[in-house]
Amino acid sequence: MPPPDLHSEPDTWTRKDLIAIEPLSRAEIDLIHTLATQFKQTLGRSQKKLPTLRGKTIINLFIEPSTRTRIAFEIAAKRLSADITLVEQKASSLVKGESLRDTAQVIQALNADMIILRHSAAGAAAYLARILEIPVINAGDGAHEHPTQALLDTFTMREKLGSLEGRKVTILGDILFSRVARSNIWALRKLGAHVTLAGPATLVPGHFREFGVEITHDLKTALADADVVMLLRIQHERQSATHFPGLGEYKAMYGLNAERARWLKPEALIMHPGPINRGVEIDSHLADGGQSVILEQVTNGIVTRMAILYLCMNAAKTKPSPLPA
Amino acid sequence: MSLLCITNGHVIDPATGRDGAADIWIDKASGQIIDAPAQPPVDAEMIDAAGKIVAPGFVDIHVHFREPGQTHKEDIGTGSRAAAAGGFTSVVCMPNTSPVADNAGTIQRIRDAVARKAVVRVYPTGCLTVGMAGESLAPIGSLKEAGIVAVTDDGKCVQNNEIMRRAVEYAHMFGLVVMDHCEDASMTAGAVMNEGYWSLRLGLKGWPSAAEDMMIARNVVLSRHTGAHIHMQHVTTAYGVDIIRRAKKRGIRVSGEASPHHLFFTDADCAEYNTHFKMNPPLRTEADRQALIEGILDGTLDVLATDHAPHTADEKDCEFDYAPFGIIGLETALPAYLEVLFHSGKCDLPFLIERMSLKPAQLLGLNAGTLASGAPADVVIFDPHEAHTIEAAQGQSRSRNCPWDGHTLRGRVLRTLIGGVTVWDGKQILGR
Repeated sequence: MPPPDLHSEPDTWTRKDLIAIEPLSRAEIDLIHTLATQFKQTLGRSQKKLPTLRGKTIINLFIEPSTRTRIAFEIAAKRLSADITLVEQKASSLVKGESLRDTAQVIQALNADMIILRHSAAGAAAYLARILEIPVINAGDGAHEHPTQALLDTFTMREKLGSLEGRKVTILGDILFSRVARSNIWALRKLGAHVTLAGPATLVPGHFREFGVEITHDLKTALADADVVMLLRIQHERQSATHFPGLGEYKAMYGLNAERARWLKPEALIMHPGPINRGVEIDSHLADGGQSVILEQVTNGIVTRMAILYLCMNAAKTKPSPLPA
Repeated sequence: MSLLCITNGHVIDPATGRDGAADIWIDKASGQIIDAPAQPPVDAEMIDAAGKIVAPGFVDIHVHFREPGQTHKEDIGTGSRAAAAGGFTSVVCMPNTSPVADNAGTIQRIRDAVARKAVVRVYPTGCLTVGMAGESLAPIGSLKEAGIVAVTDDGKCVQNNEIMRRAVEYAHMFGLVVMDHCEDASMTAGAVMNEGYWSLRLGLKGWPSAAEDMMIARNVVLSRHTGAHIHMQHVTTAYGVDIIRRAKKRGIRVSGEASPHHLFFTDADCAEYNTHFKMNPPLRTEADRQALIEGILDGTLDVLATDHAPHTADEKDCEFDYAPFGIIGLETALPAYLEVLFHSGKCDLPFLIERMSLKPAQLLGLNAGTLASGAPADVVIFDPHEAHTIEAAQGQSRSRNCPWDGHTLRGRVLRTLIGGVTVWDGKQILGR
């Protein structure tokens, strides 16, 4: 496997789709974050809306449940003055056996300008992007990638820590089934951070080392010199019962509690992409405590997604709009 | 006596050790190969094979022709045409049709369709267990009387060791080889590709090589215990090859088979979620691929098959998770095997031809695989060097699920004869 190209520098954003972090360059991530910073400065205004995507129609095609991602995309689209419509599996012709291809082509034929896709099957967003002319934004495809989550996570880290070059980030929990972990691994490596994956061996298979990360199954080692610890939700709905003994055992071995939080550096950030299983992977007072930036992640999910919507819409064949002042 | 002579060709017939310029004489009335007549008759029909290889027609002991029940994908007519175009003169159909071939009536129905539609020799297999459910033995004796050449639950692996042990013992009594698709299903639920770096990277559920190794080892144990011959279908793992190699050294009656795609591609080819790279067992790692080639070269894997598994374009056009497993292979097997084994310098043509004709015929006791006098005149004439670009849409199969589509490969089948009658002339199917 060739090493990822971390230092190519495109002048402009040319991708109509955002499918994954893995093919992005460092410069592209920087561009998204720079733009997100500009958008963030507009958030405090009383008039929150920007006219940038006025007249554009965006479809939130959610074939799998979601709260924060769906709403964050919706708010991001509305801040940019786009019209956004939600299509959920249970309320669509997918339940009648319509294929994803046909559903998407119907949406395109209805003059939509962009599709944001959440789907339980890995590769679904790439599949749609090959079929459709209009931009496809991946809002999570199976265990493959969740690129906007990694963009908002690394944006949050850069806000708090400045450069991530040489910083140590530990991702703890269910790595095997996590698209958030994969996207963050790619993003963090491109931004120069050292990544350690931690959790039970059944959820952190050794082949992850080939992503250029370290693996440990010892929680103390994982936490000791981390600048950031990112906890992942234990996903009961995805795991077969064979991967770990149970939530009680997980909590006993890997749950972040007050005693274990003392292994962390006092300034280390605690992150979680949500939804949280309070009392399982993290105790409530830590999730709500001073080191936690969990709610800031959510807020940053709006501006990073505004940046992506703006960049991809402009890169599509449709006419570019002027940059916001 | 009406004779046909294939002249000027380079004859390769591993069974008789022939490897050089020779004429092949055929008695058109009997459809058999004969010794060269002392006085060649002036009215003999001549086929000029100058500069080409003349070899026994290929024998594929692993194809899916989908009849009865799934003829939107393929049927015995179209499947046999694909075989002829690929240089195959005898093929062995898997019983996972709809209904499955677990009773004499279905076997008879398949044989009727073969008699009506097939342009090459098509042999049925029967199920090992009723309904391919792995729970009780199929009527293997009656299936044998109905005309099957082997028993298998291909596509499903019998999970219960007691059932497998009895099935093997029982089939052995009838001289039938048991062919097994080696997969421990408890380890592969929901899996769609090889477990490893690429499954992690793509976020797809992995099918660990251990699930295959486990059943190969199980079958070695049962073969040793019963003395019966168990054939491992489409072997894909390095350790699986090693288990078979060591079992053979101990004199245990197991055999193994390779498929062209597992020698040609790896799990890295799944990177674009192209469903033409989704099959069961899955594409493995480069190390596995190399071990398979080693296994072929040292005889651990006895035969080269295809696992020709047609699915329609609509069925394959979906999310990777939801696509059916399998690809077609009959029309691309020769060039694929030539590229990986011959043009790479790993083996010579007699070796390759033996693995594609004589060995598979011997494995199931089919009257095929040689150009010896008295043998059926099933012959392939091919050019191992002619390069051509694979166009799945131009193929003879009803389906187009071909991962080599667009690849330029060397090796082209110029003529296929069944019983001395040309059924493929390099461009089209003749007859039927």
